[in-house]
Amino acid sequence: MIVLNWLHWIRRHLVVFAAIAALFYMTIPNVIVLIFSFNQPKGRFNYSWNHFSLDAWTHPCDVGDMCTSVSLSLQIAVLATIGATILGTMVAFALARYRFRGRAPVTGLIWLPMAMPEIVMGASLGTLFLNMRIQFGFWTILIAHIMFCLSFVVTAVKARVMSMDPRLEQAAQDLYATPTQTFLRVTLPIAAPGIAAGALLSFAISIDDFIITQFNAGPSTVTFPMFVWGAAQKGLPVQVNVIGTLMFLVAVLCVVAGQLLGRTRKARS
Amino acid sequence: MTQQTTAPAEPQASAASGGAVTLTGISKTWGDFTAVQPLDLTIPEGSFFALLGASGCGKTTTLRMIAGLEEPTAGTVRIGDQDVTGLPPHKRPVNTVFQNYALFPHLDVYENVAFGLRRRGIKSVKKQVEDMLELVELGHLPRRKPHQLSGGQQQRVAVARALINRPQVLLLDEPLGALDLKLRRQMQLELKRIQTEVGITFVHVTHDQEEAMTMADTIAVMNAGRIEQLGAPADLYENPTSTFVANFLGQSNLIEAQVTGSSGDDLLLSVGDGRLTLPTARSAATAQIGDKVLAGVRPEKISIAHADDAATVPDGRNKITGRIIDASFIGVSTQYVVNSPWCPEFAVFAQNVERDTRLTPGTEVVLHWNPAHTFGLDATQDIEAGEVSA
Repeated sequence: MIVLNWLHWIRRHLVVFAAIAALFYMTIPNVIVLIFSFNQPKGRFNYSWNHFSLDAWTHPCDVGDMCTSVSLSLQIAVLATIGATILGTMVAFALARYRFRGRAPVTGLIWLPMAMPEIVMGASLGTLFLNMRIQFGFWTILIAHIMFCLSFVVTAVKARVMSMDPRLEQAAQDLYATPTQTFLRVTLPIAAPGIAAGALLSFAISIDDFIITQFNAGPSTVTFPMFVWGAAQKGLPVQVNVIGTLMFLVAVLCVVAGQLLGRTRKARS
Repeated sequence: MTQQTTAPAEPQASAASGGAVTLTGISKTWGDFTAVQPLDLTIPEGSFFALLGASGCGKTTTLRMIAGLEEPTAGTVRIGDQDVTGLPPHKRPVNTVFQNYALFPHLDVYENVAFGLRRRGIKSVKKQVEDMLELVELGHLPRRKPHQLSGGQQQRVAVARALINRPQVLLLDEPLGALDLKLRRQMQLELKRIQTEVGITFVHVTHDQEEAMTMADTIAVMNAGRIEQLGAPADLYENPTSTFVANFLGQSNLIEAQVTGSSGDDLLLSVGDGRLTLPTARSAATAQIGDKVLAGVRPEKISIAHADDAATVPDGRNKITGRIIDASFIGVSTQYVVNSPWCPEFAVFAQNVERDTRLTPGTEVVLHWNPAHTFGLDATQDIEAGEVSA
């Protein structure tokens, strides 16, 4: 009888178990990174626990060039996000709203960066820059990042614009809104969740991109992923774990904040 | 009304009451499809005007041309004494209640209603918005989002959002289509009340003839991009001038008859071996002796008697004999379908005052009515035009 009750209980909460297991599976690497950020390794490699230390957290920039690379990564990610979001939103509106020559090929090509292996894209873009004799560096990385972020923004925004009732804009015009006001007051706010999703996705994939960046970076432009890759060859400083942990925490914080904001908004209305 | 100035808010802000709408030779075509045939129409100031027709008859297109959401292929639109044909929607002194309302999903009730005022640069909207929400009985829900409202509430927000701007003309595009029957009846009276209160010209597009008759002062029945007939509801119902109007607005029995002569103010008709009388003044067709006409009569005007009682039918009434093929009891009345040799499926509505229990399917009956209730139509039309297929 008791066994049956237990089975029943387990069966009812199976979904919860699955969710907990998935969560556990996904966060375990991050937890390891977090733990080892408090380690003081014996040698140059931070792979086995030695003893607890706050050194890395109190002196995060003590490792030569690491903080410069983090700063570069952030700059690239912010600019790539802005560029891709503006350009991508415009492309999405054009594709969703207008019929023009070349619309079908553009719709298809927009998918390409998402479907193509990064290494192919990185290499071909690198070849292009080389042939055009453009100096590799900050701008070539930025151009590359905007390119692969673009498809994510277009996809997210286009879906939102397509599902929008055209009568909403007509209603705005009917209520004395000029075309500009209609766009700013009605179209843009309704498309905003799609635009925000595209921007967040852009930032996330830009900041951790390694392969494409590797092909398009100059000798003095080292992004954080490139720094980690380089450092891993000769020994990983603990500070890398600190930066990794910070990135993870910022991401978690954003998600939690978003959830809370959504919940209070729902509760208020 | 002053001359149109550069400020778009000028015309509607100064409007105290409704303006007349004058359409002149207006038409709309898409490629080789003609949605609206060239039509002239004057909607009097302050009236409740209905455009009635089946879907695809051009009524919504006509409405959208008044709003400026559709550009006419030809013709002009005037509101009051201002030609607005070339003006974009945001510069016209009209507001629309859209089908399915088109409320802004990202704004709450208050901001939806305030939208038009804010776009016209009015700073202190609080008093007006609150008054308007009170008028539509939504004063207690200003912070709800549209998706948290019921259909009836959404409908009232849509009306408030349009009315608050005191437009010269309010356009309503099937505003009650999404509501259930009971709520629809309630909102019909509500809209009528609001219209009487504010005195703005209402132009109401609907496919529901009962709705049009309940609310409107004047109805224009549209069919295939044309206005078939225009008039007061009772006038349209009693004196249809085409088979489309006769069948679309309520139900009609149409009998093909031959003119055999005239007597005083009446035309004498023969149907098979029977005789009918039709007041000449009520015939839309100018028929000569020997011509065919369609004699029409509404189902509720007809009395039904058992064939055994044929002798009790007074003289001078129009008579038709037939056999009941269907009788359905619907509470206040019983609807009979009677087959007669000259008119199949004759519909008769009999009030259930004193029910004759002998009147069951298969019974031979005499149908009779006052000749004054007969109307005449041109026999060259499609006799079934406008019939609503059940």
